[in-house]
Amino acid sequence: MDPLEDLYRELILDHHKNPRNYGELENPDVRVEGANPLCGDEVLLTMNIDGGRITQVRLKSIGCSISRASGSMMTEVVIGKTIDEARRSANLFKEMMLGSGTAANLPEDMEDLEALEGVKKYPVRVKCALLAWNTLLEGLDQAEKQNPAAE
Amino acid sequence: MYKVFSKSPPASAQKHGGLDVQSIRKDFPILSRLVHGKPLVYLDNAATTQKPRQVIEALANFYEEYNANVHRAVYQLSEMATDKYEEARRKVAAFIGADDPATVIFTRNATEAINLVAHSWASRNLKEGDEILVSEAEHHSNLVPWQMAAAATGAKLRFIRITEEGTLDLDHAASLINSRTKIVAVWHASNVLGSISPVRKLAEMAHEHGAVMLADGAQSVPHMPVNVEDLGCDFLAFSAHKMLGPTGIGVLWGRRELLESMEPLFGGGDMIRQVWLDRASWNEIPWKFEAGTPNIADAIAFGVAVDYLSKLGMQAVHSHEQELASYALKRLNELPEITVYGPKDPRHRSGVISFNIADIHPHDVGTVLDHEGVAIRAGHHCCQPLMRKLGVSATARASFYIYNTFEEVDIFVEALQKVRKVFGGGSSGRSL
Repeated sequence: MDPLEDLYRELILDHHKNPRNYGELENPDVRVEGANPLCGDEVLLTMNIDGGRITQVRLKSIGCSISRASGSMMTEVVIGKTIDEARRSANLFKEMMLGSGTAANLPEDMEDLEALEGVKKYPVRVKCALLAWNTLLEGLDQAEKQNPAAE
Repeated sequence: MYKVFSKSPPASAQKHGGLDVQSIRKDFPILSRLVHGKPLVYLDNAATTQKPRQVIEALANFYEEYNANVHRAVYQLSEMATDKYEEARRKVAAFIGADDPATVIFTRNATEAINLVAHSWASRNLKEGDEILVSEAEHHSNLVPWQMAAAATGAKLRFIRITEEGTLDLDHAASLINSRTKIVAVWHASNVLGSISPVRKLAEMAHEHGAVMLADGAQSVPHMPVNVEDLGCDFLAFSAHKMLGPTGIGVLWGRRELLESMEPLFGGGDMIRQVWLDRASWNEIPWKFEAGTPNIADAIAFGVAVDYLSKLGMQAVHSHEQELASYALKRLNELPEITVYGPKDPRHRSGVISFNIADIHPHDVGTVLDHEGVAIRAGHHCCQPLMRKLGVSATARASFYIYNTFEEVDIFVEALQKVRKVFGGGSSGRSL
């Protein structure tokens, strides 16, 4: 495969152009901003959490295709999950991107994210792929602090 | 070796400002390497330039032939190292038209040079109620040190606007300068907009009100003739690595009386005259500001870089870059949905071109270009306030130097067409 096509797979370009769950919730339970100071990428994550489960999620983002596609896929993965489950998904993705894991370790509900494995070859761009997920982890910590009994 | 596209001017029309670019290219070993299987087209010269063989050899030569510490020992090697180090200072002084080599202080880079003023000069000369004037389009290195100086002294920061064209608004500057203004610190050539600031006029305005003037020369000294007497400024900061020299060495030039009135920033060896257990007295300038073992090898190699540029002639360097920028602007404007920032008239700009294509994020532009061997910068260029003003999160930037060719501009533009092919009119989300 052409290395450029391997990086910019159809699935990534599709999520980039039509990001899922895009936008911002009104009066959300959790609201977190994330930024990548090196490149100026920014995300805004809002979530509603009911009985320890993520019931609604919206993500707004300024950034490159990798950053936006990764964020869009993230929203699809975490919706309906408990805080712990969402945290596990984030950690599995981070392990794949940071080297200790592979796409083969990803569960079925995360299979779209395999498309981002090609980004590993571009260390500078890995940060782009991780931005939304690191912001999610921050949001999950916030949710737990607000309502320690939620889990 | 380079594919020549039909739109490139015929070889006979390529004057290159009088530079013999093909023989210059032979001096730069890195230019013969491949990137992703394609010849390297290096267009990130505003970030750092490549190094000629002469500079690389000067570094090896120092370590192989006369490595010793300076200003200390009486043996031959140390004397040789000291001579060469001080010779580099004289070369740099001559390069910027400074009569007195002692007014050239070696720092790590332009950033450290500005910080030296923002600390040593500011602590003695700024107090509550005073004003520091910078522009709203400064590199972070000429903004954050002044934010810190303002916080430390109680002085107030005020901001000169930039015009729609991306140049410094001189009328607005005139309206801001008053008796409370103590220092005016602005870019000489912008690292994003490519525009050139009227430093001389600003310096005259500053001096009328008793203020001093600092010019950030990081993007001007490497690219055009710069003479501190003609500029009329009181301080000038620049970096070696942006002008063929090594990283880790930069310059603060200042007027003698100002430098002499300033306290040193760092204490230690070399910067002292006499030391007692409870106090010390300072060495003369420039050594007062060069505590500890300086960056000897890189300073000497910087001297060689200055020799290289002097031999080409800075007017020829500037003309060459303007011709390339002019041709690049023309070709970029052929592309649909392109936004170029900064002055439209190439005569009013340096060889720096910032742009965006449609709504495609500059990182994606940068990655596609990288696969074509073309190295450009993508990001906020250490100018976040300016990015906000332009209403973007980032831009792509191409910047030229002495070894770039018209053919490389063509390869660059062809690569941009490939970006369109991969992304169409993709959306990067311009604001949250």
